[in-house]
Amino acid sequence: MPDAPGLELIARELNERFEGSVPSTYFEHGQGALVVDPQQVLDVLGWLRDTPGQEYRFLASVHAADYLPSEPRFGVHYELLNMPRVERLRVKAALPDPGEGELPALDSCVELFPSANFQEREAYDFFGIEFRGHPDLRRILMPDDYVGWPQRRDFPIGGEPVLFTHNEDEMPRWYD
Amino acid sequence: MEIERQKLRALAPLDQPRSPEDLRVRQLRARELLAGELEGRDLEAHVEERMLTTTLNKALDWARSNAMWPATFGLACCAIEMMSMVGARYDTARYGAEVFRASPRQADMLILSGRVSVKMAPVIRRIYDQMLEPKWVLAMGACSSSGGMFANYAVVQGADKFVPVDIHIPGCPPRPEALMHGILKLQRQIQGRPDLGWRKRYGAIGTEEWARTPPGGNGGGPADA
Repeated sequence: MPDAPGLELIARELNERFEGSVPSTYFEHGQGALVVDPQQVLDVLGWLRDTPGQEYRFLASVHAADYLPSEPRFGVHYELLNMPRVERLRVKAALPDPGEGELPALDSCVELFPSANFQEREAYDFFGIEFRGHPDLRRILMPDDYVGWPQRRDFPIGGEPVLFTHNEDEMPRWYD
Repeated sequence: MEIERQKLRALAPLDQPRSPEDLRVRQLRARELLAGELEGRDLEAHVEERMLTTTLNKALDWARSNAMWPATFGLACCAIEMMSMVGARYDTARYGAEVFRASPRQADMLILSGRVSVKMAPVIRRIYDQMLEPKWVLAMGACSSSGGMFANYAVVQGADKFVPVDIHIPGCPPRPEALMHGILKLQRQIQGRPDLGWRKRYGAIGTEEWARTPPGGNGGGPADA
């Protein structure tokens, strides 16, 4: 892992090369993370992959998260791995909620890392995050005709009410 | 066709004490029968002792209930219990329900062993439709009976929303004994009160495969309205 000063060096180099691409960093639980501008995420990922001395050539995971009460609401996380040095680096794109009826969008990194194909589809399926330029952006786990983004925090959890003794007063009294 | 059983009982009471002489007489009768020499009253007594009369429907129900072949179809963790049910320790072959068939065309019992996700439900429905009549469905465990612990968007809250379920087996997962108990309950239902089948309960008389397909029609495909 890059330690906290190493993380700052990476962030400074990135900011010098791509203006305003890394607004902040954080280092928690022994793992460094770059918080990047979603418009420049492809530049950052490409630089981290190809620059000598960095060479994070393996994309271990792409996943999304919903931080509903806070802003920006959505996060897309890229877990990079340098196999020879066994170093991991997290790149996090923070996406604001574009409002009702629109999807948060950022560029797809399938061109850089082909393994991101299914994982971006999963993020799209569960969180409704649109990856621009993805070759085949459609649902992967939920049925094709499903409506809604079920892993968002404001999505109803579903299920049916069950009659227990603690809530029998609130339930419909079918036996009356 | 039905012969009154009470009459037979009166002719040859089965509960009479069996003395050594009685057994000897039976032995001699059997020997003479094999030799083709048994005649008259002895022949009648021999046949009456060894015959059991019933109606054809009862015999059919008995045969059906004792040879229910499940489809090889596991959904989740309950399937592990289902597999151990057919193993040597529990051995549901004793009840004739051990032949897991790899094709729904050869199976007549569908054990829903686990949670049914929304995406899996049409698959199960297709497998159920491919099975031949008569067919039965067991909802094994809390998940396929009611959704169980998976009260969320991805899991069907009870498999009887899309297939007619005959027996619900509680448990999470049910032990193999519980599953066998459910199978025995289903056997009793088939043998004892076949009119309590799911078609009556679900008001689905007339949806049988043969009723939906016109005679000489499209070769078994679903009939168009």
